[in-house]
Amino acid sequence: MQISENLVWFIALPLFSSAILLLVGKRANSWGHIAATTVSASTFVIGVIEFFAMQARPEENRAVVQKLFTWISVGSFNVDASLLLDQLSICFVLLITGVGTLIHIYSISYMSHDLDRRRFFAYLNLFIASMLLLVLGDSYLNLYVGWEGVGLASYLLIGFWNQKPTYATAAKKAFVANRVGDVGLSLAIMIAFATFGDVTFSGIKEQTDAASTAQLTAIGLMLLLAACGKSAQFPLQSWLGDAMAGPTPVSALIHAATMVTAGVYLITRSSFIFDEAPIAQLMVLIVGAVTLLFGAIIGTAKDDIKKALAASTMSQIGYMILATGLGPIGYAFAIMHLLTHGFFKASMFLGAGSVMHGMKDEVNMRKYGGIGKFMPITAITFGLGYLAIIGVPPFAGFYSKDKIIETAFNAGGIKGIALGIATLLGAAITAFYMTRVVILTFFGNERWGHKDEPHESPALMLIPIALLSIGSVASGYLLSRGKSLVNWLEPVVNPLKEHHAEELFSHTTVSLMTISVVIIGVSIAVRKYRGDQSDTAPEKVSKLTIAARKDLFQDSLNEAAFMRPGQSLIQKLLNIDHLVIDGAVRSVGVVSISAGSKLRSLQNGYVRSYALMMVIGVLSLIAVIWVVTA
Amino acid sequence: MPIANYLYLAAILFTIGAVGVIVRRNAIVVFMCIELMLNAANLAFVTFARINGNLEGQVVAFFTMVVAACEVVVGLAIIVTIYRSRRSASVDDASLLKR
Repeated sequence: MQISENLVWFIALPLFSSAILLLVGKRANSWGHIAATTVSASTFVIGVIEFFAMQARPEENRAVVQKLFTWISVGSFNVDASLLLDQLSICFVLLITGVGTLIHIYSISYMSHDLDRRRFFAYLNLFIASMLLLVLGDSYLNLYVGWEGVGLASYLLIGFWNQKPTYATAAKKAFVANRVGDVGLSLAIMIAFATFGDVTFSGIKEQTDAASTAQLTAIGLMLLLAACGKSAQFPLQSWLGDAMAGPTPVSALIHAATMVTAGVYLITRSSFIFDEAPIAQLMVLIVGAVTLLFGAIIGTAKDDIKKALAASTMSQIGYMILATGLGPIGYAFAIMHLLTHGFFKASMFLGAGSVMHGMKDEVNMRKYGGIGKFMPITAITFGLGYLAIIGVPPFAGFYSKDKIIETAFNAGGIKGIALGIATLLGAAITAFYMTRVVILTFFGNERWGHKDEPHESPALMLIPIALLSIGSVASGYLLSRGKSLVNWLEPVVNPLKEHHAEELFSHTTVSLMTISVVIIGVSIAVRKYRGDQSDTAPEKVSKLTIAARKDLFQDSLNEAAFMRPGQSLIQKLLNIDHLVIDGAVRSVGVVSISAGSKLRSLQNGYVRSYALMMVIGVLSLIAVIWVVTA
Repeated sequence: MPIANYLYLAAILFTIGAVGVIVRRNAIVVFMCIELMLNAANLAFVTFARINGNLEGQVVAFFTMVVAACEVVVGLAIIVTIYRSRRSASVDDASLLKR
């Protein structure tokens, strides 16, 4: 392990900048956004330097560590605040700082009319610091700090316009849903400590043979719960759609490209646990498969462009989670899809933001239509992201998603066939709903109903989108060329133990199948949505559409199963608190007061009555002594 | 005559004194009743000295007399002062402590 002194800057710089911007207050209004963007860019530069330094080192020597300080030292329990930069972390560091910097630049223009732009940038930097701590922590406990930090930043940014009560509620909903996952992570850490007496990744990795399968399964399931919360996976997925209440750059950075992929990072980082716990791994597969279809179905019915993209994010992360559940062969593909998705989804979200910018913050796609000719650059970049997500060769999504589908089919047995069909179906639905988004937004009749024509966004917004769409075109090819990412990640994720003997379908067959379902999906969408559209959503629709519009009843279920019983439980506890605990406290007071007022009548000021009391006292004392001694 | 009779007399005198303190309002009478109680105690001391055949009880009686004399001085002074300011020697009129 090489020692490095530079890692601390990844976290210190943005954290410091965030603190400065929040503490200095309005005086920083004029330069706050510049400072925050510079800091974010400098973390990216450090990341690039570290990446090239890492690449120059031999494979077994690539990881670097930096011990910051001894955090907890109690008896045999020692936790250092240490940072670890290895082949897996560097992928995330580059994604977070790279996409993060572009989104900082975009936000300078996007948020230029907002009075609180400085606060927005302070939160963005706080997010960058927390997210980097999450991926750089060398133990679950350090990861947990970053994990909570990104949750906080996400909460603050979803509720950034908290003057609107629905937005504040959305922030709270995201926070509460994330807490459920956080409980899972803290339980996983506790079980890990009870089992191994250690919480560092390297320490646990060495000891997995000593633990029983049941213990590893318990840790794995708790980690999966944590991943479900942060990555909006079934059954904790309901917060992501509402999280679109935040400003669009936030949706692009936190709720598409980086934070929501933390669950994928967690499972990949814990590969040594999941590979030894088949039940937990199977659960990961089920969660991934269910979510990828769940998100895709919701995506087909949403008219809010951001919510449609959010459903798509959910579905794409479902693909990644599913890939991590496929074991050693899947981790690299999950990370590859994560990186390509980071590019194309961020680019599309920023494109959606650009459309909203030109359309006076309208988000309803039914009120769009024909925007392509007014905003050509936005339309072209969005189109590149679209081609990438549906998996048209040679765009990025083709390489990453195809690999996942192929690996799913080759997982073996009925499991492989079921997963393969699920992923293939997901690809078809993805093609359908993304085509729908593109047609409703950029093609067809103009439905915005006012005279002002949409205008193209300023260059400061278009340049980041353009750079991201270059990434969504090229990243897939670059990452998969000569298995570069697979080989790069191999020392980190658990190595492949046995090679799969037979393959159900060859690479070419899977590619052909994927492309044909994509063509089917696209052509259905084109048939359905070409021509003039109404500016309101149709009323008479199938039951499935109604269900999809209501997010497949996830909120109703949560409310009926958890929220209402929870509220009534709290109400009952509150009543108990009022009656029993407060009652006990109050009755002590009441007894003291009444006893006091009764005793007060004895103090009448008459000497004779005091004398009488004295006599009574002495007599009773004598009586007591007499009785006791007799 | 049995010596216990002196003790009975002392008890009766003490009771009379105590009851006087409790029931009478005139400060002078109350004061005299206190003296009566002290002297009842003195009688009991002397009697016990006689019963035990030593001098301790008689010595204590002298101490009591000295204390009683001091008490008379202080007590009478207080009573006179109260009488001057209130024109009354009733102990019930001096009940300001409760306020």
